[in-house]
Amino acid sequence: MVFPDRIERTVEIAHPPSRVWAALTTAEGLAAWFGHEATIDLRPGGAAWMRWTDGSKVHMTVERAEEPTVFAFTWPVYGLPDGDPRRTYVEFTLEAAGPGTRLTVVESGFAQLPEDAHGKAYDGNVQGWARELAELVDYLDAA
Amino acid sequence: MPPDAGATGAPAAQATDGAVAEAIAEQVFVALADPSRRAILAELAAAGAATATDLAARLPITRQAIAKHLALLAEAGLVTAEPGERRRVRYRLRSAPMRVAQQFLAALARDWDGPLAALQNHLDREPSH
Repeated sequence: MVFPDRIERTVEIAHPPSRVWAALTTAEGLAAWFGHEATIDLRPGGAAWMRWTDGSKVHMTVERAEEPTVFAFTWPVYGLPDGDPRRTYVEFTLEAAGPGTRLTVVESGFAQLPEDAHGKAYDGNVQGWARELAELVDYLDAA
Repeated sequence: MPPDAGATGAPAAQATDGAVAEAIAEQVFVALADPSRRAILAELAAAGAATATDLAARLPITRQAIAKHLALLAEAGLVTAEPGERRRVRYRLRSAPMRVAQQFLAALARDWDGPLAALQNHLDREPSH
C-alpha cells in the first residue's frame, strides 16, 4: 500500500504529563490550541466537539481516557462529505521524559473502504438497474 | 479494540482491499489528470447526467473527443451509462471511486505538525499551575 493508513508524530514537550493531559482532555485546553471552541465528556463513549472561527465543526467520540497516559477518540475522515460513516482513530500517548513529556499521536484508519467500493455486488447492482431501465425504455418505445 | 482498519478482516483480505482501493484511486487520479476529462466530470457533477451530445453543446470539446473520454471513464467505473430519452445513452457520475480517492487525499492533507506546534506554544505561554 503506497498511501498511508496511519500517520504518526512524536514531539518532546518541556512540560509534565499532567499539563499536557489537561491541554488534550479539557474543553479549555482543546479550545486554546486546537479548536476555537470545544466541549468534551471525558469518558469512553463520551461526546466531544470542536468548532473553528470559519464555522467548521467536528464531532468526536472519546474512546480511551486513561489519565495521564492515553487519550483517544474517533472523528470523521477529513475531507469526506458530512454523514459519511467512516472515521479515523486518533490516539495520544503521554510518556514522562525527564521533566517533560514525550507525546505521540497516531491517527489510523485512512485506508478503510466505503461499503459500496467493495466492487462486485455494488457494480452488479448498478448494471442490473441499467439493464432494467433499458428494458423499460424498450417497453415504452414499443408501446 | 480501536476501530482502525484492522477491524474488518483477515490480513489477506486487507491486502486485497488495499490493492483494490489503490487501483480505484489511481483511476480517479488518471482521469483527473486530463483537462477534458476534468471538465466532463465537473459538468456531470454540477448539472447531473448528460448525453455526449449535451456535453458537446456545453463544453469546448468535440463530440467525438467527448465520446472517447466517456468510454474511458465508463471503463474505469467513474461514470455509468444509462438509457436516456430518444434511446440516447446518458452518463452519470459514479461517486464511489471519488470517495476512495478522497480518503487517500485525506491522509495526505492531515496536518498534525501545525496543531502539535500550537500545543507546544500554548503550554509555553500558559502559566504553570
